[in-house]
Amino acid sequence: MIEIIDQAFKAVFGAIGIAIFTIIFGLLYKGIDRKLAAHMQARVGPPIRQPFWDVIKLFSKENIVPEQAIGWLFNLAPVIALASSITIMLYLPIGSFGPILSTEGDLILILYLLMIPSLAMVLGGFASSSPYATVGAQREMVLMISYEFPLAIAIISIAWRLNEANVQNPFSLSSIASYPIWNNVGILGILGLLLLLVILVIVTPGELSKIPFDVPEAETEIAGGLLVEYSGRNLGMFYLADAVKTVAMATIIVTLFFPYNLSPILNLSGYVAYITDFLFYLLKVFLVILFSVTLIRVGVARLKIDQVVSTYWITLTLISLVGLVLVMFDKVAISRGWI
Amino acid sequence: MKVSYSIPIGPVHPALKEPVMFEFEIEGERIVNVDFKVGHVHRGIEWIGMHRKNPLQILPIAERICGICNISHPFAFCIAVENAAKIDVPDRAQYIRTIIAELERIHSHILWAGVAAHEIGFDSVLYLTWRVREKVLDLLEYLTGNRITKAMFTIGGVRRDITKEQYPKIREALDFYKKSFEKLKHVFLDDKTVKLRSRDCGILTKEDALKLCAVGPTTRASGVKKDVRVDFPYAAYGDLDIDYITPDILTGEVRGDVYDRIVVRLLEVKQSVEIIEQCLDNMPDGEIMFEPKVAKLLALLKKTSGDGVGRAEAPRGEVIHYVKMREQDTPYTWKVRAPTYNNLMPWIPMLKGEQIADIPIVAASTDPCLSCTNRVAIVKDGRKEIVTHEYLHKLSVEKTRRLIG
Repeated sequence: MIEIIDQAFKAVFGAIGIAIFTIIFGLLYKGIDRKLAAHMQARVGPPIRQPFWDVIKLFSKENIVPEQAIGWLFNLAPVIALASSITIMLYLPIGSFGPILSTEGDLILILYLLMIPSLAMVLGGFASSSPYATVGAQREMVLMISYEFPLAIAIISIAWRLNEANVQNPFSLSSIASYPIWNNVGILGILGLLLLLVILVIVTPGELSKIPFDVPEAETEIAGGLLVEYSGRNLGMFYLADAVKTVAMATIIVTLFFPYNLSPILNLSGYVAYITDFLFYLLKVFLVILFSVTLIRVGVARLKIDQVVSTYWITLTLISLVGLVLVMFDKVAISRGWI
Repeated sequence: MKVSYSIPIGPVHPALKEPVMFEFEIEGERIVNVDFKVGHVHRGIEWIGMHRKNPLQILPIAERICGICNISHPFAFCIAVENAAKIDVPDRAQYIRTIIAELERIHSHILWAGVAAHEIGFDSVLYLTWRVREKVLDLLEYLTGNRITKAMFTIGGVRRDITKEQYPKIREALDFYKKSFEKLKHVFLDDKTVKLRSRDCGILTKEDALKLCAVGPTTRASGVKKDVRVDFPYAAYGDLDIDYITPDILTGEVRGDVYDRIVVRLLEVKQSVEIIEQCLDNMPDGEIMFEPKVAKLLALLKKTSGDGVGRAEAPRGEVIHYVKMREQDTPYTWKVRAPTYNNLMPWIPMLKGEQIADIPIVAASTDPCLSCTNRVAIVKDGRKEIVTHEYLHKLSVEKTRRLIG
């Protein structure tokens, strides 16, 4: 009984802590992203604390629900989006802190949880009964269908390879974090994993609706799309959900591919180790965001929805299948002693 | 069965820099039908001009018809008045006019390139191109005293000379643009995503371009050889070596899509640089004004009776000003036809069959300038009226009779 209470206590306070942490750092990363993008475009850009002011302002402004909208669904969507984004973070290890919640199938759960913020946005878009939002919602659904396939291939092949390397619970993120995938594969596997890493980096802007895959929001085309009718608190919550999801997506990549920590190398222990690993984790997340969001979004134009689908379904799926085959072949090669 | 739905784009929308109202009928993402309405920024400029101002006072108004074509409109107006009053413009003034007009073309085309990049979500290129554009604005400020509305033109000449001491700065800017041309060409024509968005998008066939009387880069990108500077040379263009710019010069083929319009505008920037260089090399000496004394000039204009047409090749195409004088202080009639007026109808064949995502870039690809275009708005008792072709034709016949009579 005491054990259950203890666990519940840990879960509740851990969840609150994680929520506060991801919201603050999500906004901070957003600010850094905007500043860096501005410098790349030869602009001064907003101060790094700008996203915080944006959120404070949004939350203090009037929340308008369109007359034609389905009120409860319209108001519920941002809450679902934010809550599910934070829930993803509960399953992810942060630095050398283990995940707060864990099951045997974390990875599968996360694949589904990643869809929920997008689904909430689709719901909100349809509920707002604006033609722009409807187009945006349709596009978001198409986008979801597109990136899901390469994303699933990438994640499943990693879990499968760990399973073949006799790792217990290969779908659990804590075991993925403790058995870095790179240590368990041969040269072919490393090539395959590199391809899968590229896939995840390119899936990230789609997952987060960033250029070139920001078709559901496409400012110049459909004037903000899904979010066109949102204002005030609701828009603020979507903004927070986006910030949290960015951190979550980056953390997934970090956990899958770069779960290394500094403390074992530097022989640290106690609080110093926790702090070092945490800072190192923040750095890793920053690098992932830099490469998968900032650099991509300043470097390319927005694609059309059919081009998005063909990019994900043909190009990226093929690349990820090649990665999968390489990883599989690596296992065969190692077990037969070819390399 | 697919159900079509309608999407309104405009009058105010992030894709549109000026108000125009599109009504799209959409099936899924594909545009089935499109209609548009203009007239949201009608300012009655001609009326202000022709009933209240003498020709010299109209010049600043003509300059403000459009913020970007602020040289083409006074240019055409000056030519029209000079035609009516039989004024001979000194050669040197003609060359200076040409230089300023070409500088305007450089700034306008580069501005357009930035807007086009923004429309397809490529903001980095927007900032890059607009930074490149700063140089020509600085040069214009150096030469004319102003970045935008330059107040350079006057009836019978120009108001400021371009002296030999100013040449090095002009040449420096021209060299800068020759260098940036390669850079811009690389960014716009070789970039994969730009090509994905602009190739085979918003096609205007040569037949449609001819049938709908499209003008400027819009029509030249469809392979129609139409350019006032070559067809009916004005100012110094007759002396210069200048030819039509069509996309096949660079790519070897004409498709009439957005990509071709980018090609034409980029090549025209290069052509403008060459034209200015020719002007600098061949600049004749002499006066820059037909009559420097304003009172004397106005007296002459007051005695004028007759009409004149001024045509100039604005960055967007042919702009026409018609002026009729009847021995009065103010012109009896002043009629402006901006290039965008001709480039409105081609939107329909361009947009039909394209996707929603193409709307901004296709609409922007003709470089519409709606404040130039809006000449009439009919609102009666709060109701909008739709004017048919026959009715408009009847009105124009009546107006022509009235002007002749």
